Amino acid sequence: MVEEYRAASEKTKMLSRVADSLYWMSRYLERAENTARLLDVTMSLMLDTAAVNAEARWQRMAAALGKPADAAWDGGLDAMALKLVFDRLDPSSVIYCVNAARENARQVREEISTEQWQRLNRLFHQIHAPLAERQFSSNMGDLLASVVDGIHLFQGVGDSTMIHGQGWQFIRLGRSLERAYATATLLEVYQPELFQAQERERSGYQYLELVGLLRSCTAFEAYCQVYTADLSPDRMLEFLVLNRDFPHAIRYCVDTIRSAIESIQRTGGRRSPDELNAGVGKLHALLGYTTIREILAGDPAAFLHDIRAQCLRIHELIYRYYVHYSIQSALAV
Amino acid sequence: MSAGQPLELAPLFGDYPLDRAFDEMREPGGEVRAQYRALAETLASLPPDELARRKQSVDLAFLTQGITFTVYGREEGTERIFPYDLLPRLITAQEWERIERGLTQRITALNLFLRDVYSDAKILADHVVPRELVYSCRHYRRQMRGLQVPRNVYVAVVGTDLLRMNNGEFVVLEDNLRVPSGVSYMLTNRRILKRTFPQLFASYGVRPIEHYPQLLLATLRSLAPEGRPEPNIVLLTPGVFNSAYFEHTYLARQMGIDLVEGRDLLTHDNIVYMRTTDGLKRVDVIYRRVDDDFSDPLIFRGDSALGCAGLFNAYRAGNVTVANAFGTGLADDKAVYAYVPQMIRYYLDEDAILPNVETFLLSDDTQRAHVLANLDKLVVKAVGESGGYGMLIGPRSTRSQREEFARQIEANPRNYIAQPTLDFSRAPCLIDDRLEPRHVDLRPYILFGDKVNIVPGGLTRVALEKGSLVVNSSQGGGSKDTWVLQS
Repeated sequence: MVEEYRAASEKTKMLSRVADSLYWMSRYLERAENTARLLDVTMSLMLDTAAVNAEARWQRMAAALGKPADAAWDGGLDAMALKLVFDRLDPSSVIYCVNAARENARQVREEISTEQWQRLNRLFHQIHAPLAERQFSSNMGDLLASVVDGIHLFQGVGDSTMIHGQGWQFIRLGRSLERAYATATLLEVYQPELFQAQERERSGYQYLELVGLLRSCTAFEAYCQVYTADLSPDRMLEFLVLNRDFPHAIRYCVDTIRSAIESIQRTGGRRSPDELNAGVGKLHALLGYTTIREILAGDPAAFLHDIRAQCLRIHELIYRYYVHYSIQSALAV
Repeated sequence: MSAGQPLELAPLFGDYPLDRAFDEMREPGGEVRAQYRALAETLASLPPDELARRKQSVDLAFLTQGITFTVYGREEGTERIFPYDLLPRLITAQEWERIERGLTQRITALNLFLRDVYSDAKILADHVVPRELVYSCRHYRRQMRGLQVPRNVYVAVVGTDLLRMNNGEFVVLEDNLRVPSGVSYMLTNRRILKRTFPQLFASYGVRPIEHYPQLLLATLRSLAPEGRPEPNIVLLTPGVFNSAYFEHTYLARQMGIDLVEGRDLLTHDNIVYMRTTDGLKRVDVIYRRVDDDFSDPLIFRGDSALGCAGLFNAYRAGNVTVANAFGTGLADDKAVYAYVPQMIRYYLDEDAILPNVETFLLSDDTQRAHVLANLDKLVVKAVGESGGYGMLIGPRSTRSQREEFARQIEANPRNYIAQPTLDFSRAPCLIDDRLEPRHVDLRPYILFGDKVNIVPGGLTRVALEKGSLVVNSSQGGGSKDTWVLQS
């Protein structure tokens, strides 16, 4: 009995490669969801002709997806949307991210639950169905919504069927880091526009743009619950950056990153990743103790940019401690 | 059931042919064999499309659970479900008792042979096995000379292929001493059949096999290096592109051990470590599913990225156990196979309980002349191949294929052996709602740690194509559950 118990407690650590695959599986799915949702929101904004023209909107979305600033605009909106979903070579396309997530999951089949694997498989086959691409222009909204649904199902099934050990924590870590980075990028891109128009003179079109920004983070309804439908740029920024209870807010994501890393350390514990703790703790404190007034008094763009840089640093530190650590440092322990 | 009462089997069997080949289910006269009567009655009592319905539901289960193997040669490795047959193959207690004794004897002798050849080589000095045969073997590993392996166990996991001949006796077709696969299908078949025929299964009194992963774990644990009471045991896989990847994940999960790839491992001061999220963790036992050639680029193939550099030296230093040992392929060389009965006599002073298939060695001038004159009647095999590759089946070959093989034999006679085209047994399979006979073999899995363990049964492989003699899964074969009866 005692022996069995010891053997079980030994299994809490996991292979670095496995942690790496789970982390990236999760990041790619979050990325696929983000692309699908941004595209959906942008395409529906295009239905209302507006001061912001189609090209600017497309460029804005492309920038939010991390594409280079000179991303080609060729005017063929449907064709570009099609590519953003089905181009297997474009690293931000939905299909690229789903393929990459499944390939990562396939390499750790013994770690994820059968139910998770089946969900992911279904999503994969759905987007690879020959009809999906052909019928895309006529039911773009449906397809994008079903991709998002599929990813939500995968996450839900994972949360309720997978053991909440290290592997699950690496999945949380990947999702939260990807999401924090994506929200920060989106806000950085939107931020000049956000403060351009003064509240009183805002037109219906501008209102639509602001709703679009919130919907890009599934935040419209949540925002309204907290602040009513009175959309003010200050509050929107406060909500998406500093709210502690909304899952797409940067602060919420960073709290999750912190709790995941703490939990991973509790089950490991031979080496204490001081630098990683410092990196996460710094970002955590920044978001916890900064007020929106301070952000607005300074340079909001620089603030958001700094958050992105800190996210990248945390990613590197996670790699340095858990995945690609040097052998000398590991042998020294 | 009352014996002797005629069964109404006509609709089920239709024009089911019976000829010289041993039929697992029916006597030469057409009567159903005693042990198969309950199965036949159940089949006869089912509504006409009930079997097809059950088969469909099992197909679906296989697909959604991803019980698949990868087929090579397409762009992205294509995943297919493993073909299987719903009807169990039965083996009586007496038949199994003999098989078990025969396999235990055989594995014991083969281990002694490997130990001998890699140390004093007495059997060669005594001219029982020709020296040139051993030293010319592609799978002989000179690096293993003089190396002490834990408990002197070279082959911890063996899959031996048996055939049943016309007289009802089992013979050994070949031993798989390197990385035998298929055991996950044996276990999966059993799970499926229990669900498909629950009452029938219970009424038969079938001996269990589900404890195989535990036995395998215990076997690996018993081979751990000394002074490592809580050994860290891992399964080394070539990775997701290997055709047996499903089996590797399955066994790792069932045993509760880590599934590692070469890139997860590293060696330092002749100790093997794996990279974990909590730093390096020492590895004590490796259940290796990677071929010798790819295991250590410093010793074997330098271009291999699947293995772990330094693994062999750590192994030589006794700091890690690798199962199976390196160089075991020597003893499943198809020409060395011909000498297994002599080995059993030499080491154990016994007669082989399970006979070999008659084998012609083509390095012998007389035998070669005989074979070349009779290529159209014989089966020719390359000695170092497995999986049904590198084979000529004389009666089904074309003239040009025979000429090609004759050329290759003349060029390198040591590389080939020949055997008579075997008339091995057939068992009824469900083909398009009807029973049709198909050729079957039997691959029991033998574990050798502190003692020999054989789970009762094994994988019955089926040549699903009509008339085909090839049962390998890489060549379109399927499988059946194998029920070893308690009495």
